[in-house]
Amino acid sequence: MAMAVRVFLLLTLLFLYANFSSALYEDQVGLMDWHQQYIGKVKHAVFHTQRAGRKRVVVSTEENAIASLDLRTGDIFWRHVLGANDAVDGIDIALGKYVITLSSEGSILRAWNLPDGQMVWETFLRGSTSSNSLLSILTNFKMDKENMVLVFGGGCLHAVSSIDGETIWRKELATESFEIRQILQSPESDIIHALGFVGSSKFVTYKIDAKNGELLKHTSTAFPGGFPGELSLVSADTVVALDATRSILVSISFQNGETSFHQTFISDLVADSAGVATILPARLTGIFAMKINSFIVFISVTDEHKLEVVQKITYPAAVSDVLSFSEGQKAFALVQHGGSRIQLVVKLDNDWSTDLLKESIEIDPKKGFVEKVFINNYIRTDRSHGFRALVVMEDHSLLLLQQGDIVWSREDGLASIIDMTTSELPVEKKGVSVAKVEHNLFEWLKGHFLKLKGTLMLASPDDITSIQEMRLKSSEKNKMTRDHNGFRKLLIVLTKAGKLYALHTGDGRVIWSLLLSSLRRSEVCEHPTGLNIYQWQVPHHHAMDENPSVLVVGKCGLGFDAPGVFSFVDSYTGKELDSLSLAHSVAQVITLPFTDSTEQRLHLLIDASNHAHVYPRNLEAVNILERELPNIYWYSVEYQRDIITGHALKGNCILDVEDEYCFNTRELWSIVFPSEAEKIIATATRKLNEVVHTQAKVIADQDVMYKYISRNLLFVATVAPKAAGEIGSATPEESWLVVYLIDTITGRILHRVTHFGSQGPVHAVFSENWVIYHYFNLRAHRYEMSVIEIYDQSRAGNKDVWKLVLGKHNLTSAISSYSRPEVMVKSQTYFFTHSVKTMAVTSTSKGITSKQLLIGTIGDQVLALDKRYLDPRRSPDPTQTEREEGIIPLTDSLPIIPQSYVTHSLKVEGLRGIVTVPAKLESTSLVFAYGVDLFFTRIAPSRTYDSLTEDFSYALLLITIVALIAAIFVTWILSENKELREKWR
Amino acid sequence: MEKGKGVVARRWAIDFTDNSTSPSSRDIPDPLGYARASQDQDDSTVSRQKKDAEANWKAQKAWEVAQAPFKNLLMMGFMMWMAGSTVHLFSIGITFSALWQPINALQVFEPYKDSKVDTLGPKLLFIALNLAGLALGVWKLNTLGLLPTHASDWVSSLPPAQEVEYSGGGIPLR
Repeated sequence: MAMAVRVFLLLTLLFLYANFSSALYEDQVGLMDWHQQYIGKVKHAVFHTQRAGRKRVVVSTEENAIASLDLRTGDIFWRHVLGANDAVDGIDIALGKYVITLSSEGSILRAWNLPDGQMVWETFLRGSTSSNSLLSILTNFKMDKENMVLVFGGGCLHAVSSIDGETIWRKELATESFEIRQILQSPESDIIHALGFVGSSKFVTYKIDAKNGELLKHTSTAFPGGFPGELSLVSADTVVALDATRSILVSISFQNGETSFHQTFISDLVADSAGVATILPARLTGIFAMKINSFIVFISVTDEHKLEVVQKITYPAAVSDVLSFSEGQKAFALVQHGGSRIQLVVKLDNDWSTDLLKESIEIDPKKGFVEKVFINNYIRTDRSHGFRALVVMEDHSLLLLQQGDIVWSREDGLASIIDMTTSELPVEKKGVSVAKVEHNLFEWLKGHFLKLKGTLMLASPDDITSIQEMRLKSSEKNKMTRDHNGFRKLLIVLTKAGKLYALHTGDGRVIWSLLLSSLRRSEVCEHPTGLNIYQWQVPHHHAMDENPSVLVVGKCGLGFDAPGVFSFVDSYTGKELDSLSLAHSVAQVITLPFTDSTEQRLHLLIDASNHAHVYPRNLEAVNILERELPNIYWYSVEYQRDIITGHALKGNCILDVEDEYCFNTRELWSIVFPSEAEKIIATATRKLNEVVHTQAKVIADQDVMYKYISRNLLFVATVAPKAAGEIGSATPEESWLVVYLIDTITGRILHRVTHFGSQGPVHAVFSENWVIYHYFNLRAHRYEMSVIEIYDQSRAGNKDVWKLVLGKHNLTSAISSYSRPEVMVKSQTYFFTHSVKTMAVTSTSKGITSKQLLIGTIGDQVLALDKRYLDPRRSPDPTQTEREEGIIPLTDSLPIIPQSYVTHSLKVEGLRGIVTVPAKLESTSLVFAYGVDLFFTRIAPSRTYDSLTEDFSYALLLITIVALIAAIFVTWILSENKELREKWR
Repeated sequence: MEKGKGVVARRWAIDFTDNSTSPSSRDIPDPLGYARASQDQDDSTVSRQKKDAEANWKAQKAWEVAQAPFKNLLMMGFMMWMAGSTVHLFSIGITFSALWQPINALQVFEPYKDSKVDTLGPKLLFIALNLAGLALGVWKLNTLGLLPTHASDWVSSLPPAQEVEYSGGGIPLR
């Protein structure tokens, strides 16, 4: 065995030395990886269809992306993902060639070139106070043939030239908490009106000269009822708002500097008006839309400030802004649901009775309700006006409707993945038809023949392209069954919209999707949020015939004590098996290492009042838990209070209602960090499913070190409160980073290091017996990465060979955290060039293969870094035996080898997470990186030592064997003949 | 008459018993110049001499064969020294050939087996030398680290110990 391990080590070493990095060739791109680009849920959309040429729509999304989409296909022409805290507030097109975006709460204004998306100019607008932000482009006011961009942000009104981004004038309208809700421009003069609220009680108008920003007139009128902030403009001098109680509609006219209020009770207009009313931001003339209960009510405002209900439609519906499509004519779109169809109606905004367009379109019910609609017009061949509508659905998908049909749809919900898990595919069934096999055999032979031609460099360019195509479209990797190597799996992802998608690892296509009913907005559940997804049932022993299932945990509300919701979903079919509305909240979900007889995994839910609830709710689960009760602990890290507490379970809850599935907990220990010196910024634990092959680490000279491998270790990083902000906000003297390794059973601090002059953000990964963390060193002005390896000193004495041969050792007996561990810690620190967004580590099925660190860089790429570079035993001049062991000479910084980017030339925009899943093949690990984009590949940290490479030519091998056998026969016959002739002579 | 009668009755007879070695039972004397005893004597001395020579030669050969591994041993030692102590294809090959040769060589005394030849001495020497060769091979294996003589060889695949307690948790879900 030891020899086998040595030989194996030798082979890996050979491989490692032969190939330091595992880059791939150009023609291997797309063979085992896929990349999908998304934009996220669309917030604003501006069409650009006037000119001939490529018709496009420019959108900004909730993932802070700005993208130009092809109106014919929905493909992305160009796309920019702004930073995580650079949310887009407004988007518009100026001069017909620039896309103007306002972001970061009205402080950054950018212009992008419409055809190719290059940035033309960028202007930072300084405000004095924080306020809402508003972008408005004055189209009919031309100053030197240029459009002027009016921006309100930070309490200031800015006029910016759209050509070069120069600020033309800046007007400070700063009174405390002033917010502009509407900017109006007079069609014939250079005068603009800004309307808004001060606080919640005053309605304010400003009349400003657009040429120089001179304030012409200013009115401020108090309204005793107060305003919640929404406002709808119905005509050039009238707006409608709600009062603070949301029961009275106030129409405000501000003609000639006179402001007057007219109040109308909603109950007078709408019979059933018990719910909360909100004014929808649709800009129609003479009419405004209001949502109340489950209705949208369109109310017209007459000259005498009389309000009249025009139409009342049931709620799942959306209203678009008005679109002026020809001289003086304005239209808007209204989308309503009717069964599995949606009805798109386009109306003239001043003539309610006529419909310009009425279409009914079949839509996938899995997409949910319509949330937003944007319309655009085009001129049909018969010179009449046609309309197309861009629809945002509840699951964040984007559809283009035209001529009663869905032209294209985009699954943009996948841009906002919250959590993911994997599922195995079903086992292949016997009985494949013969015809299929023959076809496959022929294809197989043909393919290998082509490959052989390629290998022997006989292939023509056509052949090469067909080889490449064949490799990319290999049906093998897209099959819907389990494969021998475990490469084919389902990635089950939960998105922010509460939708589950199952993606095939072969090509990333969506196998099924499900809009979870428990995570949809309803009357009982106003703000549902999905939290996490867990593997619920993974059948392998007893319940082989059953399909695996996943558990989606969500909660119904925003507070920490909001009640939880459960959904159980079949991983193969995507059907919701069951859903539960929990009576308690969900603060922690603990996956226990036990399953019941139907292979359902036991989960412990801790609620806000520290009660533990066991799921699945059956007696067997309770029995299992009661048996294991003394050995189950849980801990909680409270960021706000800088406290870590450890708890144990004890007996059933004492509640008013008896609940045998509920358990009490008691606090065992707590670690309170001094709030003036330390603040928790990061934690890390080992992954639950990580497999460790061995507890011993063999070092040079056949010496052994015993790893301290415990699942109950927690890495905690704290920084000085002053240094908790951004880099540069604190001096090196007043910032420090303290790192702890804490046993979560006993609360014992096993190790503590202080890095003076360092600060966060800290990213850490914990695996086996080591933890690697990344932070910023203020003194060196560089990022650093440190590694800590923990070894068990109490086992170090186990070195007698005979005892080990005879098995008289206690190395495999169960250990308890209460027996005082003697740990020895080795650590080392290196500089690292990149700042890091996220970190992960590869995981393999047996844990034999060496590890690679996967670093999500600031450039949205994934970099693979061998763990060997982060080995505390590195020294500047390793001895010969250490070199043989694979220890790299110590350097001050970690190398970044361009070939070791897992994402090669691609970018995973808005990278948020990297997940690694072991394949069945020990050498290989599957990597899924998600952000706005999705990227999947598989990597082999020590090369694929246990399988032949993908491009291995079986045909060449076969042909060689056949040729050799033929040669043997021919030479045998020849030699026989010659011998015979010799004998006759 | 009777005698002649009797002779007539048995016209002829051939006695197949070969009396050449026992002349007393034969009434025909040996031909002149033929001394049976001396010839017998002579024949045996010649063969004895011959056999002695052969035995000598065999013994000598056996000793030679027995000493042959010595050269091999020196050769092997040199090769091993050249191969170094790192594990790679060359050193492994040499080590295994060093191990294989002594085992393979055990049949080498078959042709020298003789009742008159004492092969014990050569055998002992041969075995000693081969054992030395084997020892050299094993020692080499050990220096290459391919023998399980260290604690590391017995614990390198020991799985991590089970833990009694289980804990979970983390940051409360928001």
